[in-house]
Amino acid sequence: MRLRFNFALGLLLALLVIAAAVGSGWLAPYDPVMDADLMNSEMPPSWEHWLGTDGQGRDVFSRVLFGARVSLTVGLVSQLINSCIGTALGVSAGYFGGWWDDLVNGLTNVMLAIPSLVFALAIMAVLGPGLPSLLIALGLTNWSWTCRIARSSTLSLKSQGFVQAAKTAGFGDTNIMRTQILPNILGPVLVIATLGIGGAVLAEAALSFLGVGIRPPQPSWGNMLTDARELIRTAPWASVFPGLAIFATVLGFNLLGDGLRDMLDPHMRTRRT
Amino acid sequence: MSGAPSDSVRADPVLSVRDLRIGVGRNNELLHGVSFDILPGETYGLVGESGSGKSITGLSVMGLLKRPLQVTAGSISFQGEDMLKLGRRARRKLRGDRMAMIFQEPMTALNPLATIGRQIAEMFVIHRGMGWSEARRKAVEALESVRVPSPEERARSYPHQLSGGMRQRVMIAIALACRPDLLIADEPTTALDVTVQAGVLELIAELCKAEGTAVLLVSHDLGVIANMCRRVGVMDRGRLVEEQDTKALFENPLHPYTRGLLAARPRLGSRPVAGRGRLTELDEVVADEERGREAPTLTTPRGLRLEATA
Repeated sequence: MRLRFNFALGLLLALLVIAAAVGSGWLAPYDPVMDADLMNSEMPPSWEHWLGTDGQGRDVFSRVLFGARVSLTVGLVSQLINSCIGTALGVSAGYFGGWWDDLVNGLTNVMLAIPSLVFALAIMAVLGPGLPSLLIALGLTNWSWTCRIARSSTLSLKSQGFVQAAKTAGFGDTNIMRTQILPNILGPVLVIATLGIGGAVLAEAALSFLGVGIRPPQPSWGNMLTDARELIRTAPWASVFPGLAIFATVLGFNLLGDGLRDMLDPHMRTRRT
Repeated sequence: MSGAPSDSVRADPVLSVRDLRIGVGRNNELLHGVSFDILPGETYGLVGESGSGKSITGLSVMGLLKRPLQVTAGSISFQGEDMLKLGRRARRKLRGDRMAMIFQEPMTALNPLATIGRQIAEMFVIHRGMGWSEARRKAVEALESVRVPSPEERARSYPHQLSGGMRQRVMIAIALACRPDLLIADEPTTALDVTVQAGVLELIAELCKAEGTAVLLVSHDLGVIANMCRRVGVMDRGRLVEEQDTKALFENPLHPYTRGLLAARPRLGSRPVAGRGRLTELDEVVADEERGREAPTLTTPRGLRLEATA
């Protein structure tokens, strides 16, 4: 029961964020960049500005809504890239073994040894700020767990009867990986990807906070925090609400991932036996 | 080379194994020169205890020996082509198409996440280049041919929804989908109930007879061998010690090991009525010196078809 509740809460939060990102164009009462009104800066929450205004008089609510676009794009796309890289490397390493396995393993360990945020920071420093480079930086630095899980699952699947049977039936190697192994490891990979979305949202916020993420006039939860840093005493709403948005998003996707894992695990077990 | 029964061969054999040696690396030999022929449409049995080399013989024919096992010498010719000289791709094309295999474990031999119909249909897609809809129709036909009830519905079900016997039928349908010339059945019924066993064996025999498929039946069950095979090879410690027509083998075993094997099978009513009679053990019948020696395979020529299958 508790499990279901967690999963439902996660789903609800995730859907809320998705709705905010998709609907920000219609839902936002003000333009997040252009509607700056210095006369009305640092206004507390009111009927006119639900979540107050920031130091330049921009509507915090609208900016939080538009920030969801950035966060969600970064979270989903970078995790998609991570999952693809991790799965491809992990499955091929587990399946072929030999020097390729050693190479991939070494690479994975190197990736695990370097803190991914530092690595992403380095990539951002080279590519310069902006959404595309953010996607690349976060998409290339977080595939090691997926890779490990994919590899170990492949290793155990490889000795299963149906993979052997597929070999005797004349399946090629790529065909076996695609039709026999991939569907069977999709569960754990999906769980890791979902859990990773939260991490990517956090990383985006951190990078933007450090000033190498999204360029300032464009709203992102991270750079909103940076802007509101000096106002934390006079206008706490300008930093509290983007922070809450990050919190809710990360919590939502983590609960979703946890729930998925719990749902998929016994499910797989009953299917196998 | 051990004496091949060349005088009585009427048709070119489907499979001709000559002096096959399999080892771990170069030095540790597990199979010490095995030779036998399988004629088209013939059911050939390989018997022997665990570790005698039956299964690796079957796997080497398929080209699926796993490292560190490897063929170190000899030849395997399938329909006149030397398998050991073929490339990986060419061998893979043959697998599932011209030669197929059924495993012991029907429980794990099917992909748990794909429907039965899809798994059979894949064979037609891979080897016949059919489109999915046509392949699916053929898959239902294949299910029907292995006597799975309501094949249309079963094609949509997943492996876990089927019983062991049903799964083995599906495996047979997959193996025979492309009408291979040779079927290797490695202990096909060992994991099944005795009642289901008979049905599955009958099905294999019937389908292979209809298509003229030769069968290499690997088993340690003498009863299965006696029922199914026309010709039997007895393996012991990596050697083919004896090869005869089934009837001749059971009536007149030539090698001491075969005699031991036949004497060691439990027979109904062989115990003293009230006593606790012991089963005969192999070691009591055949002396250890008789085993594992370098000696030619004891063979008798193939008899007439009618006589042999009686």
